[in-house]
Amino acid sequence: MSDIPEEFQYTREHEWIQIDGNKAIIGITDHAQRSLGDIVYIELPEIGDEIDAGDEFGNVESVKAVSSLFMPVSGRVIEVNSELDSQPELVNDDCYDTWIIRIEITNPEDLKSLLDAEEYAEFLLESED
Amino acid sequence: MTSHFKYLNSFKRRHIGPNPKATEEMLRTLGSSSLEELIAETLPEQIRLTVPVVLPEPVNEQTFLSDLRKLASKNKTFNSFIGLGYYNCVTPPVIQRNIFENPGWYTQYTPYQAEISQGRLEALLNFQTAIMDLTKMEIANASLLDEGTSAAEAMGMLFRIRNKRIKGEVANQFLVSESCFPQTIELIKTRAEPLDIEVIVGDHQAFEFTARTFGAMVQYPAEDGNIHDYQELIQRAHHSNALVVFASDLLSLTLLTPPGELGADVAIGSTQRFGIPLGFGGPHAAYFATHEKFIREAPGRIIGVSVDRYGHPAYRMAIQTREQHIKRDKATSNICTAQALLAIMAGMYAVYHGPEGLKAIAQKIHSLAQLLETELSALGYKQLNPYYFDTLKIQGIGDTELIKKRALTAQMNFRYIDSNTIAITLDETVSIEILNQIIQVFAKDKGQQRLLTSVSLDPLMEPNSLKLPEPLIRRSNYLSHAVFHSYHSESEMMRYIKRLENKDISLTFSMISLGSCTMKLNSATEMLPVTWPEFASIHPFAPSEQVGGYLSMIKTLEESLAKITGFKATSLQPNSGAQGEYAGLMVIRAYHKAHGDNQRNVILIPASAHGTNPASAAMSGMNVIVIKCDDRGNIDVEELREKAVQFRESLAGLMVTYPSTHGVFEEAIREICQIIHENGGLVYMDGANMNAQVGLTNPGTIGADVCHLNLHKTFAIPHGGGGPGVGPICVNEKLAPYLPSHPLVSVGGKTPISAISAAPWGSAGILMIAYAYIQMLGMEGLTDATRYAILNANYLKSRLENHYDLLYVGKRGRVAHEMILDTRPFEKTAGIKVEDIAKRLMDYGFHAPTISFPVPGTMMIEPTESESKEELDRFCEAMIAIREEIRELEEKKADSEDNVLINAPHTAEEIASDSWSHPYSREKAVYPLPFVRAHKFWVSVGRINNSYGDRNLICSCPPVA
Repeated sequence: MSDIPEEFQYTREHEWIQIDGNKAIIGITDHAQRSLGDIVYIELPEIGDEIDAGDEFGNVESVKAVSSLFMPVSGRVIEVNSELDSQPELVNDDCYDTWIIRIEITNPEDLKSLLDAEEYAEFLLESED
Repeated sequence: MTSHFKYLNSFKRRHIGPNPKATEEMLRTLGSSSLEELIAETLPEQIRLTVPVVLPEPVNEQTFLSDLRKLASKNKTFNSFIGLGYYNCVTPPVIQRNIFENPGWYTQYTPYQAEISQGRLEALLNFQTAIMDLTKMEIANASLLDEGTSAAEAMGMLFRIRNKRIKGEVANQFLVSESCFPQTIELIKTRAEPLDIEVIVGDHQAFEFTARTFGAMVQYPAEDGNIHDYQELIQRAHHSNALVVFASDLLSLTLLTPPGELGADVAIGSTQRFGIPLGFGGPHAAYFATHEKFIREAPGRIIGVSVDRYGHPAYRMAIQTREQHIKRDKATSNICTAQALLAIMAGMYAVYHGPEGLKAIAQKIHSLAQLLETELSALGYKQLNPYYFDTLKIQGIGDTELIKKRALTAQMNFRYIDSNTIAITLDETVSIEILNQIIQVFAKDKGQQRLLTSVSLDPLMEPNSLKLPEPLIRRSNYLSHAVFHSYHSESEMMRYIKRLENKDISLTFSMISLGSCTMKLNSATEMLPVTWPEFASIHPFAPSEQVGGYLSMIKTLEESLAKITGFKATSLQPNSGAQGEYAGLMVIRAYHKAHGDNQRNVILIPASAHGTNPASAAMSGMNVIVIKCDDRGNIDVEELREKAVQFRESLAGLMVTYPSTHGVFEEAIREICQIIHENGGLVYMDGANMNAQVGLTNPGTIGADVCHLNLHKTFAIPHGGGGPGVGPICVNEKLAPYLPSHPLVSVGGKTPISAISAAPWGSAGILMIAYAYIQMLGMEGLTDATRYAILNANYLKSRLENHYDLLYVGKRGRVAHEMILDTRPFEKTAGIKVEDIAKRLMDYGFHAPTISFPVPGTMMIEPTESESKEELDRFCEAMIAIREEIRELEEKKADSEDNVLINAPHTAEEIASDSWSHPYSREKAVYPLPFVRAHKFWVSVGRINNSYGDRNLICSCPPVA
């Protein structure tokens, strides 16, 4: 069973987002890192990139799969976790302690479509069927 | 009696594994009274051929060879000094005999199972290292199909890089210097058009870079032999945010400043002159090298270094996530089969000669060219190239036709650029005697006699007599790694090659039952002609009067393949299956355009398709719509109908594999083709599974419009450890006018698409293999090969179905020529994944079947007709024994953390070690069945850590420990 902390919000594409005022950090969920397996590379956006909700902001690669990373909400990238360049496995080690990008939220309306922990858990159960 | 004698002396007896007695036993095991009954139970009645295909009666091996000798004598082995990317060279005999002509190397498969592929992986890493050193680029791949394709790939990569995540207007302009080879320019244009890239061909000095220009390409040395300094161009390009591709002659880079030092962003070219025979155009390995930061955008296989379970260095294919089998229509390229065998040979040429040897070869060629210039100038000719490596451009000729006639009398071909200009490209094979013959031709033209006698090249070998621009004289070292300094004596070289060969499983050791790959016999008789000089030493642009043997063989082969597929015409140009798909889709596209249907760009592809299908579709500018498959692996006909109707205005066609990639003859195939046709589309049939069709049915009868064939699967060309391949397309009457052309040689349809490959007939030099296969089997033998492929698969099914679950079977409980074992449940019941079974098979001496295609976590087995009952039985025993090992885990009789499966494969080093800590015996680890004791394959490394390799990328030879 996947670990789904209460304090985050989630997307159906398996990103988590933690909101702090008009800023937020974004990572991938336990379910995502498990299905990918050993992560070998993470392609990060450039600082300053403005990306709409639902658009791709990067890629996560394991030995056998590549998954796109999608913006949970529209925003401007203000920081990327550059530790991941040399240690992408940090996401496998602790996916909730390892954020991938930090953003400034540009459209707070988008927050409404995020899932809370309970909804995400339900979504996972449904998609298993 | 006569007919029995005929059978005993037939090639069929050698090609097909089971003998008549074994056939009976096998039929009994699977519960069929005859082969014919089995086929009737397997193939849907409605697609069976009603009128048999007629081909000439088969000939036996001796007759075939003597007939082919006669045909070969119609090829004239003239000395071709035509150049244009194809050069005479010397294949070192130690490489010819121990690699090129050695089934231990050429019958290997692509090194997906790295633990039993360390030999060729090391050889390919040598190739990559040689390319990186000579071009001074940071990374190189393990080969592409040909120089033109490599150039097109480079353009595609730069286009992607520039426009990645750019919103708004794309930069879509690519400049190509007119100094590039004509066939390279043509392939770039072919590739550019469906991607909406605008190609501008012109003088590189006059190039104007704009905000829309993403890249430029130049040739170094240029197609006419001149050497330009492109540094200013590179600066201007980089200033406008455009990147530069260098097409470079690898041998010249021993003398010339390498592209990497000049600021090039991609270096591409051919490695043909590193000991690979001309072969009338191929197969040859192209190289592709670039910056490390572009590695995730690069096409083709890249070999990398990782570690095995014991922490020892081990080789593997790196970052496969770029490739079509994972990324499908988002892949960096459609390339799958490359030119592994030829890349291995070219790498070995560098190993054998070492840096001094290579430089001496280059200097000799360069010195001979200077000597020739001196002599021709003395005769009053004008040599136009201010600088050159190996090519002179000559004017001041009275009558070119007369020179041509004299040259032909002396059995020589020059390049006749126009009525007043001749180019002569010298090469490694040129001696003073040959140089004298060239000089004679020109001297006679001036009414003179001129003869060099015992000339010494020594003064010309001095560095100060180079005819190279001063800033472009190479100063940097290359090939400093020990591997390029250790094997210069033949004994050492022979043993090095053999040492590597012994690390790999090829068909010389045991069956390789890779599903969808058709690893059948590549017989010695089929292979012999490949190195006959009459086939091996012919330049692709030699005059047609000199290649009668080739043309006759090609015509017969084209006609035979068209008959076998039920089609009208064939193009042999594509040099891999994926290239065939691309060619086929481009032909479909041309057909729609010719009928005013420019908007037809939607291609339907079943979810179960091979990854090259969507990747090729993307390259042809098509939009891919994926069609679901049902739980038997069949196309969801209702969804197909729905989508075909929905897209009826924009439908280009369907790509379908038959029998399906799941190894089932879909009953609905006729209906499927009809739905597509009713909605204005055409049907492309992927020929990967043609080995289940030949003689029984064919794409034409089924209702397809075009198919490709993998001659390296169905028609006995070996896989070469990942290429060469040949992927011709066969088309019906509708599509015949659009078959691909070539800029220099007349081939293709009446209103053709532009060239797909650099050479007019692609890899012509190995077509004799498929030709031999067809001539020696005849139609009845070919059909028997299909019947036995189906028999062998169904025999395996009967023996294994009580031990493993089968994923899909046909309506009457039969499989086609391959089957899928469902190994997914073992992950829950025993903690065992399909990889564990694959690795454990190595301990039994077998290469694993295809794993995780077309269904993740499963195993697809294709035995082919060439395996005997005895070999099939050994394989079954191994699979059944492994099932018992899994059962021990299910029943908790073995340790879930420490068992024979998850620790597999076991090396001799571990078995011989003084400390053995596993809970099972050493004997169980390495001699699990009696037959293994008699015929043991020792893996050279333990299980390889894949994620370590991708996290710590090293793609050149590691330092010697």
